[in-house]
Amino acid sequence: MDEKIRFKLNGKATEITTDPNQTLLWVLRNQLGLTGTKYGCGTGFCGACTVLINREATRSCMLPVSDIAGKEVITIEGLARGGKLHPVQKAFVEHDALQCGYCTPGMIMTAAGMLIKNPALTRQEIVNGLEQNLCRCGAHTRIIDAVETAAKEMKGGK
Amino acid sequence: MKKTELNKTTEATPEKTNGMQRRSFVKLLGGGIFIFFQPWDIFNLNDLTLPQARTLTKDYNAFLQVAEDGTVRCYTGKIEMGQGPITSLPQMMADELNVPLEKIKMIMGDTDLCPYDAGTWGSQTTQTFGPAMRAAAAEARGVLVDLAAARLGVPATQLEVKDGIVIDTKNPKNKVSYAQLAKGKKLEKYLDAKPSVEEHTKFTYVGKPYKHADALVKVTGQAKYTGDIKLPGMVFARILRPPSHGAKLTTVDVSGAEQVQGTQVVRDGDFIAVLNENQDRANEAIVKIKAEYSFNELKVNDRNLFDRMVGADSRVNVIRSTGDIEAGLQQSDRIFESEFHDPYVAHASIETHTALAQLENDKMTVWAATQSPFGLQDAISRDLGFPMEKVRVITPFVGGGFGGKSAYQQGVEAARLAKMTKKPVMLVWTRDEEFYYDIFHPAGVYRIKSGIDKTGLIKLWDYNLYYGGSRGSDTIYDVPNSKTTSYGQNMDAVQIHPFGIGPWRAPNNNSNTFARESQIDIMASEAGIDPLEFRLKNLKDEKMIACWKAVADKFGYVPAKAPSGRGIGIACGTDAGTWVALIAEVKVDKSTGHIKVIRVACAQDMGLCVNPQGALIQMEGCIMMGLGYSLTEEIVFEGGNIKNRGFDNYEIPRFSWIPKMDCVILDRKDQPPKGGGEPVIIGIGAIIANAVYDATGARLYRMPMTPARVLEAMKKA
Repeated sequence: MDEKIRFKLNGKATEITTDPNQTLLWVLRNQLGLTGTKYGCGTGFCGACTVLINREATRSCMLPVSDIAGKEVITIEGLARGGKLHPVQKAFVEHDALQCGYCTPGMIMTAAGMLIKNPALTRQEIVNGLEQNLCRCGAHTRIIDAVETAAKEMKGGK
Repeated sequence: MKKTELNKTTEATPEKTNGMQRRSFVKLLGGGIFIFFQPWDIFNLNDLTLPQARTLTKDYNAFLQVAEDGTVRCYTGKIEMGQGPITSLPQMMADELNVPLEKIKMIMGDTDLCPYDAGTWGSQTTQTFGPAMRAAAAEARGVLVDLAAARLGVPATQLEVKDGIVIDTKNPKNKVSYAQLAKGKKLEKYLDAKPSVEEHTKFTYVGKPYKHADALVKVTGQAKYTGDIKLPGMVFARILRPPSHGAKLTTVDVSGAEQVQGTQVVRDGDFIAVLNENQDRANEAIVKIKAEYSFNELKVNDRNLFDRMVGADSRVNVIRSTGDIEAGLQQSDRIFESEFHDPYVAHASIETHTALAQLENDKMTVWAATQSPFGLQDAISRDLGFPMEKVRVITPFVGGGFGGKSAYQQGVEAARLAKMTKKPVMLVWTRDEEFYYDIFHPAGVYRIKSGIDKTGLIKLWDYNLYYGGSRGSDTIYDVPNSKTTSYGQNMDAVQIHPFGIGPWRAPNNNSNTFARESQIDIMASEAGIDPLEFRLKNLKDEKMIACWKAVADKFGYVPAKAPSGRGIGIACGTDAGTWVALIAEVKVDKSTGHIKVIRVACAQDMGLCVNPQGALIQMEGCIMMGLGYSLTEEIVFEGGNIKNRGFDNYEIPRFSWIPKMDCVILDRKDQPPKGGGEPVIIGIGAIIANAVYDATGARLYRMPMTPARVLEAMKKA
């Protein structure tokens, strides 16, 4: 029943033996020890489980792990490189764009995915892009401010 | 909190217990200087209703440790769930102890390390716990300075403290650090008098804005919530749930579940669970159980509920009364009668109720997402037959609570499964379970009869609340004849709430403020007076008036009689000792009934504001969360069957809803600190209802104010 699945995880070649029908979310959390990716609803409505797959923001809670064979997965743990926070992470700290922090990894990964596609996002485009991610504490306005700051940095810098 | 979870206290034996417990904490935590303390006056442990099994220390509720390395630790049963005590409490201690902020560590919500605390709710952490903790810190500083005086051979009055170092002012080279003073010591002090604390003019940290101390671990995915802990041999559990509250299991066939690879099925009466080391397989197994139920449905639903409440044989309680209602009727020139409705509302934290339980030797350790670690410890001890000292509850980061995590059923369930299987058991409630077992904000009916004289002065206020809570039901206005009456569950009569209810951010103040401030607006409009002028005319409370001046100024309020067509609505109230006034501007799409909140301004008097940054974030959070109960959130149910159990059909606020927000915190450094996590949310429903009236002339008497209800109200207008 178990299969070998090879993929790139946070920059490293990875091979796991697992039930291919398991969801990526629980493989990451339980098998690979990457618990930054959160369970929030299990049905794709809240966005807490968002990761990057081939540089695109994707919900991991309903995705069979077999789908990622040969692909590149980046989780919140792999976003900072060489001890340096990703501009979105840095901007979340700067703007205090979180409260309980539980939706935060999903928010950051969704924003990072949006900025890969288009670093010149307008404020309205950021709102639209995050519309399907849920935050209950009400950090919304600071999250938008943070992503706007990150967009400016990424557009200007690299 | 559900009443059934608490029993009346029995006499504790304080002397014996205190000594023992203090020694056990001190033994566990190594050397240093310990200061034991409790919040005085308001937090009187003798008045608390406590579980029978708990023998309680009555003279302290938390303690500080100045450890041998100079680190200052505060051990408290309070927890961090995003509301920010992990940042604001150290600010208070740093000022009293004169140590750098980074030297202070908070140890929170661990029942083995921290003394008893009833729970984290009601905006009590800063206002009642904070001052006591500051006093303890001041006491610790006194002890350290006395030790330094002996060590340095100079009088204590000649010493000053800077960054954790005690210095002889006459000879600055003659100095000693807190770490050196604490080294090799085991000094216990119990704080029994209220010492004086630092004057606000001397604050270094308090009153300055600090960002979340836990931000870095939260943006990198390193912060550990309960579900992120993994133990060797751990299995994931799913529990068989009835389809509706009140349903009874009649037949069950678990053979399908047993076929799923690696699955263990356990059963104890109607309690049936599947366990698997893989969460997805546990999910697969649970749906393969075939179960049938008998139903004994209550004939209640979200449509007939309000009539049922008003018609019920209720327990009647006059909460407060001034003057005479009959006299009020005589003195009034015009009488207004209104009835307001408010539904059940869910907490919907993004982290669901989660717990991990491990039985090792004969000790049960439970990590849980809870606002009440000690409540859970009690429940496990009582329900599963463990002596209290054999139960330890640890609270990692909590992913949102809002009152919903004052309930801890998941922790008892995980412990029960760990006891049954002898394996570490992780239980992560699904979103469906989270809605189903939520202790909802209670639905309620609010009936008001009020009257004004010819000049627009309120002479009568007869306020009746049915089955909601009374927090925020104070009249606040200067009314000579007023009465507040609560109608609640009569234990001998028909059960009104078909499922669990409990505290929801500023419990019930949202509903009471919605009703009161709508009624005030109705009277202002009928009297032909601008709603702010009408309020000021009837208010004597200077703090409230000051909030009104601040918010009107911030908003740029221009008086007008409603409905003015502009879509501006106002409201005020008090919560957790804090005064708040708010103004909103909305746009109503008259063809669809959709409300868009454009702008919210608010001003609050919260006494001394410890962390202005944290307070501001809480105010913004209150505005955003408040939009939800005002516009969309409502539990739809038929008997015990809850129909909306997901984010697809229970809509919470989203990014496109963000209004422009202008929040003002009044400068009240000379006043004691009050609650800041809840006050602003109380007025959101009222400002929107009043703004919709101002825009359209249509009055909404029921939350949430959905497009359909707006259209219906417009037809009647």
